[in-house]
Amino acid sequence: MTTPTYTPMELMICAAASTLEDGAMVVVGTGAPCAAAMLAQKTTAPNLTLMFEAGGVGPRLPRMPISVGDSRTFYEGLMATSMSDIMETCQRGMVDYTFLGGAQIDAYGNLNSTMIGDNYQQPKVRLPGSGGASDLGSLCWRVLVITPHDRRRFVEKLDFVTTPGYLDGPGAREAAGLPPGSGPYKVITSLAVLGFHEETKRMQLESLHPGVTVEQVQAETGFQLSCRSPLEVTSEPTAAQLETLRRDVDPHRYMIGR
Amino acid sequence: MSTRGKGSLFVEPDCDAARQWFREKPKRMSDKVMSVAEAVRRFVADDDYLASGGFGGDRIATALLHEIVRQRRQGLSFAGHTATHDFQILCAGNDTGRGQLLKRVDIAYIIGLEARGLSPHARRVVESGQIELCEWTNYTLALRFQAASMGVPFLPVRGFAGTDTFANSAAARVTCPYTEQELTVVPALWPDVAVIHVHESDCFGNCRIRGTSVSDWHVARAAKKLIVSCERLISNEEIRRDPTATTIPFYCVDAVCHVPCGSYPGNMPYEYYSDEEHLREWLTVERDFEAYLAFVDRLIFRSTDFEEYLNRCCGTAKMQDLRNQELYPS
Repeated sequence: MTTPTYTPMELMICAAASTLEDGAMVVVGTGAPCAAAMLAQKTTAPNLTLMFEAGGVGPRLPRMPISVGDSRTFYEGLMATSMSDIMETCQRGMVDYTFLGGAQIDAYGNLNSTMIGDNYQQPKVRLPGSGGASDLGSLCWRVLVITPHDRRRFVEKLDFVTTPGYLDGPGAREAAGLPPGSGPYKVITSLAVLGFHEETKRMQLESLHPGVTVEQVQAETGFQLSCRSPLEVTSEPTAAQLETLRRDVDPHRYMIGR
Repeated sequence: MSTRGKGSLFVEPDCDAARQWFREKPKRMSDKVMSVAEAVRRFVADDDYLASGGFGGDRIATALLHEIVRQRRQGLSFAGHTATHDFQILCAGNDTGRGQLLKRVDIAYIIGLEARGLSPHARRVVESGQIELCEWTNYTLALRFQAASMGVPFLPVRGFAGTDTFANSAAARVTCPYTEQELTVVPALWPDVAVIHVHESDCFGNCRIRGTSVSDWHVARAAKKLIVSCERLISNEEIRRDPTATTIPFYCVDAVCHVPCGSYPGNMPYEYYSDEEHLREWLTVERDFEAYLAFVDRLIFRSTDFEEYLNRCCGTAKMQDLRNQELYPS
């Protein structure tokens, strides 16, 4: 095996960029999701429309924003609008993708970004809360997650369900009144790319990053994983992706330096 | 599924009471320019429900928030709608030996400063249990302001359901009378007072905001009392030259404060970028409680006004650099 010429973070960003097709609409946050969307736009998806929850639409991002509401999110943009306008564009079904993260994720792709502990009144750690995550995770068609992969994050039961994935299984989103046909799509981790089983709606392995085994992924996951057949190996970043990522997307190594 | 979240409703969605308030609100086009200190003295009362415009660290009314802390308002409720540095400022009024500024918070996003990390002091305040909390999301809080600005008691949304966020909110479930779909409804929220920083205002309070409006179009119309701070005070003739640019009309506004660089250390679109160095200093100094007390004592409580804070933290050269970062990002 040759020594990889890229870091795990670079692989995650490139894998995420490859899932975004040209002409799609995506609501992004800061950090890795923004890097992935910028990379996609500069390589395979030049007509990807980036949107930010505070109201920025279609910017020519000069560099990565620090806040999803800062002025870079509409720098040389197509529109500077309101948060409601962005969320309502999602709600009426025009937005294909969003990227979310969290302190915990379970087998159905539900996310926790609110608290750690078992008592809401007295949390062990209070986290920021939903922000726009629960809205975007409810209203966009497909949810993408980029996250480090370890047992602390991939848990059997969340301490708090901030953002709905498939809730407790097939039909649960629809029963709760969430738009049919929407939900978690891919979870791109430091070890693998995971998707969701069409019928059970449980997370399943789709591809392992080069050199990673199923056992390794299972050992870092707090719930039982199944494998899609055939189980693939995640495509390595292309030379063009890496060059663009390092030169144009993240020259200061804010994300890829992690 | 439960039909109503178990969170407390901090403001009753009484649209007739709100109509009565708005009927009696003075609508004469009078000169409302005053100092930040006077505006806060006159229009922010103890136990008020406060909303803050902008997006946490972007186009925030820093001078007004500092003044609310400096005048030691007590028992406020607050809408934490991506509240980042604004919430961090208000937390200086809790656990610092000056009573309890914040009493209740409707949360969509608090404690964190997005990619910059969590605020240790805001965590101390919230994790201690001294604040009563109710969970929401950015959009549902925005929708609550929208309902209030429309003068109706609630609005529906298709998200939010099936989560612990809903379970700890005061939202409710209804069945659509037309489609029989399950929907979530959120109650209108009329803040007693809102503070919003804008680019330009005339002396009557006709305001222009450039860049994203976030939720301020609705916050301005939902608030019973509204204080704006502005980068520039412009003439009424200038407003009349381009009415399309007016985002907040004078009849919503109670006070106009002229505060150049008033969003500092936050970002102000087309004016100056955020001062990341100074925001990092807040986060670092908060780790050491004694150092934090000295820090807020010096920068807020013992500063006479925002100008003094600005002079201490940001000289002319630094502000010029922030202006360059904003206009010519590289």
